[in-house]
Amino acid sequence: MTATSLRTTDPSDLLQQVLDSLDLPADWIGMRVVQEDRRQRSQRDGHPERNRRSLDQGAMVEVMVNGQVGYAATNRLSPEGLREAAVIAFQQAKAAAPWKIYAFQPTIRPQVAGRYQSPVRDSLDTLQPRDVNDMLARICHGLKVSDKIVQAKASAGTQVIDTWLASTSGSQVHQHFSFLTIDFGATAQDGPVVQTRTYNGASARCYQGGWEHLGQSDALAASVQRVGEQAVELLTAEECPAIATTLVLAPDQMMLQIHESIGHPLELDRILGDERNYAGGSFVKPKDFGTLQYGSKLLNVTFDPTVDHEFASYAFDDTGVMAERQYLIRNGVLERGLGSSESQVRLGVPGVACARATSWDRPPIDRMANINLEPGDRTFSDLISTIEDGVYMEANRSWSIDDQRYKFQFGCEYAQRIRHGQLAETLRNPNYRATTSQFWHSLTQVGNQDTWQTFGTPYCGKGEPNQVIHVGHGAPVCAFANIEVFGGAG
Amino acid sequence: MQDWEMTFNQLIDALLPQLNDDEDIQVLLIAEDSHFTRFNQAKVRQTGTVVNGSLALMLMVNQRLASESISFTGEKESDWPRLMAALQHLREEIPQLPEDPYLVIPHGDEQSRDVYSGELLTPATVVPNVLPQLAGLDAAGLYAGGRSVQAYADSSNQRHWFETTTFTLDYSLFTAEGQAVKGTYAGRTWENALYADTLAASKALLGRMQKPSKPLERGQYRTYFAPAAVADLVNMLSWGGIGEASIRRGGSALGPLQRQERTLSTQVHLLEDFSHGQVSRFNQYGELAPLSMPLIKAGKLVNTLVSARTAKEYDIPSTFAESGEYLRSPVLAPGTLPINEALKALGTGLYVSNLHYLNWSDRPNGRITGMTRYACFWVEGGEIVAPIENLRFDESLYNFWGEDLIALTQETTFVPEVGSYGYRDLGGALVPGMLVDKFTYTL
Repeated sequence: MTATSLRTTDPSDLLQQVLDSLDLPADWIGMRVVQEDRRQRSQRDGHPERNRRSLDQGAMVEVMVNGQVGYAATNRLSPEGLREAAVIAFQQAKAAAPWKIYAFQPTIRPQVAGRYQSPVRDSLDTLQPRDVNDMLARICHGLKVSDKIVQAKASAGTQVIDTWLASTSGSQVHQHFSFLTIDFGATAQDGPVVQTRTYNGASARCYQGGWEHLGQSDALAASVQRVGEQAVELLTAEECPAIATTLVLAPDQMMLQIHESIGHPLELDRILGDERNYAGGSFVKPKDFGTLQYGSKLLNVTFDPTVDHEFASYAFDDTGVMAERQYLIRNGVLERGLGSSESQVRLGVPGVACARATSWDRPPIDRMANINLEPGDRTFSDLISTIEDGVYMEANRSWSIDDQRYKFQFGCEYAQRIRHGQLAETLRNPNYRATTSQFWHSLTQVGNQDTWQTFGTPYCGKGEPNQVIHVGHGAPVCAFANIEVFGGAG
Repeated sequence: MQDWEMTFNQLIDALLPQLNDDEDIQVLLIAEDSHFTRFNQAKVRQTGTVVNGSLALMLMVNQRLASESISFTGEKESDWPRLMAALQHLREEIPQLPEDPYLVIPHGDEQSRDVYSGELLTPATVVPNVLPQLAGLDAAGLYAGGRSVQAYADSSNQRHWFETTTFTLDYSLFTAEGQAVKGTYAGRTWENALYADTLAASKALLGRMQKPSKPLERGQYRTYFAPAAVADLVNMLSWGGIGEASIRRGGSALGPLQRQERTLSTQVHLLEDFSHGQVSRFNQYGELAPLSMPLIKAGKLVNTLVSARTAKEYDIPSTFAESGEYLRSPVLAPGTLPINEALKALGTGLYVSNLHYLNWSDRPNGRITGMTRYACFWVEGGEIVAPIENLRFDESLYNFWGEDLIALTQETTFVPEVGSYGYRDLGGALVPGMLVDKFTYTL
């Protein structure tokens, strides 16, 4: 958040020098350097809880021997450190090659050259630590709309990440990312009743860019007041009824719904079985691509890392494959999966440029980037007006789905009953459950571009060893018929 | 192998004289030198090593705190300039920050040094030792092993060093129909015979998974939870459960227990126990936790996890927790049911070996949702009948640890942490099996 935060040393020459000096009988050698400058500032009830900066840097060195890649990750960014890592990676690949699951060709890591830079209007340099803390204190105070607010929290996180990719096939890629995450929320309590309301769900307001994503100060102040007031409102709201009804989801819950029941089950490494010991497999089978009616004909979903300011945009994945927009599901039919070049060649189904790693210390695996549900043609008021009886839910607070990505149960922060085509009384503890196929086939209405919003999360977990990664999800308001909803209590 | 301890001590010894009179610091180190081999279909998917370290410097001046973490390479000539640059950055920033009324200034004179050595497979020998015994099986999993370090130093001359060499082999075996069993072999010394024994037990269980799975209607079932499933339920208390701050601020599932609005069974005894040395006893404030501390005794909340910061805010005694107030070395005390009588005691119902993707569905009321996973069976008359199709559950801890808790087993099992977000997790939970009546399954 100051000018000194953006210190970056371009290691391109170092990488080329080391690659040129290596004398290893390898099929291919690649080096990916990551430098990261992360700032996290948070306050609770107007008092500072965190003013933390994290500087991290290191290199992932990958070596292919007899079709097997071995890796060595090191934070010693010296010629000696990188050369030693290359030797270790070579030895690892050589030892494992007789047991490889697939004999990859060096072409799996294409020759590529290019640059990417996040679009930024208001640089992360423009706010000083004092400014950010003042803003967070104002938010905390704004959230305290009542004595029943027992906790008010606000945080701002920035990240500047540079990645460089170089390889013996001649690749040279540099990507410069700038991220901002804003988060705040209030917890209200009245005896045993406790309710929390946040700014579109925990850490959902995350974007590429700069401070422009904070929005205008009066709009931010209005959002703060609304969050505080709704936390209090929920204390006396009725429990969400246990009924099967029309469920309308706001974009800040659609984000989670898309992520868990479309994004993850379409990951080709899950279908290949790589992920079965940790996050799980998928109900989707290889033969389903091109044939499976995943949902109703209103369902159109894209992999789109080209959207300006969406959280997981990029030009190249971490193996150097150029990223482009692709339909995953069109008119409800499954077209392609979320699989890297490695997974595509192993499984024989189409994928996308999605080999991504959390940082320099993990190898790339199949990942979501921006997975978006394309807008339809209904205005919000038109959509609601057609519903005689239903429930409208906003902002995720609970999420759980099985290891095949089929049986899920999600909970939201805030809901309203829909009666006779209009939003009616507020409901607390709204939850819903369904199976993935039933749910997406129940999609009956899709909101238009005016209802479309993008959110994201920095915390998508997957992989062995474990990795978290940025993902973005854009969606309109959507309606689903005959979904089981219910409330809380033990 | 680099001498990280020597480098850490050299850095601290050089740093402390640089401080001004009004400055206090804490320094935390986390580092590892790890090997990972990921496999699928008993073949290598990815394999490699990660050497990583991070040094976090916290500077306190005039009731203000700022922190900065930098890479720790173990080479003083690289790390020292970065550490001094971090100190300079923090000195520039800290006058801009607001005062922190709950700031914990380092104090005390605690020192500790715990080093646990191990005998692990070398990176080049992991694959030839692990995979041949899996030949012919549809096996997926991860071997992770190596040296892990956590260290602490501060301006009051407290200093701690914890170093351990460990491995975990976390695997799943699958039938052709996709039914699976989970196995874990972990320790400080790799022994092929013990690995073979662990794998043999998994293979035997896999044999029971060959029958067609039985679909079950949603409803309430008498259920036996094996230790791995119990550990998942215990670990939920780290997330808005046993922490004092979350109880004070309305975010805890144990609020009703603390307010004595709900009760738990007198069979429930939960404690933190560091006596096995699986994890470091010192926390981020340099405090040493007691070797053992009861949290829930005979169903009553007798202690919570209180960090020094929470203690200062509410003017209560610290129980030497980390600032996140999560369980670090939990033990759920055993009961009276012999484990070899568990199926007989279950009679008719579900045997659940593992759970998956737990989350609070109504945290203030202690309700948890999640899935059954791996070797879960329908049992009739104390005999396993068939594996089940996985079920979603949604149930309150005030029921399954309350009046619906029938029994805990006499035997306990150490369920190791196998996570590796950032760095490899250490430690685990020591828990018994658990027999519960009327457990609610919803989908």
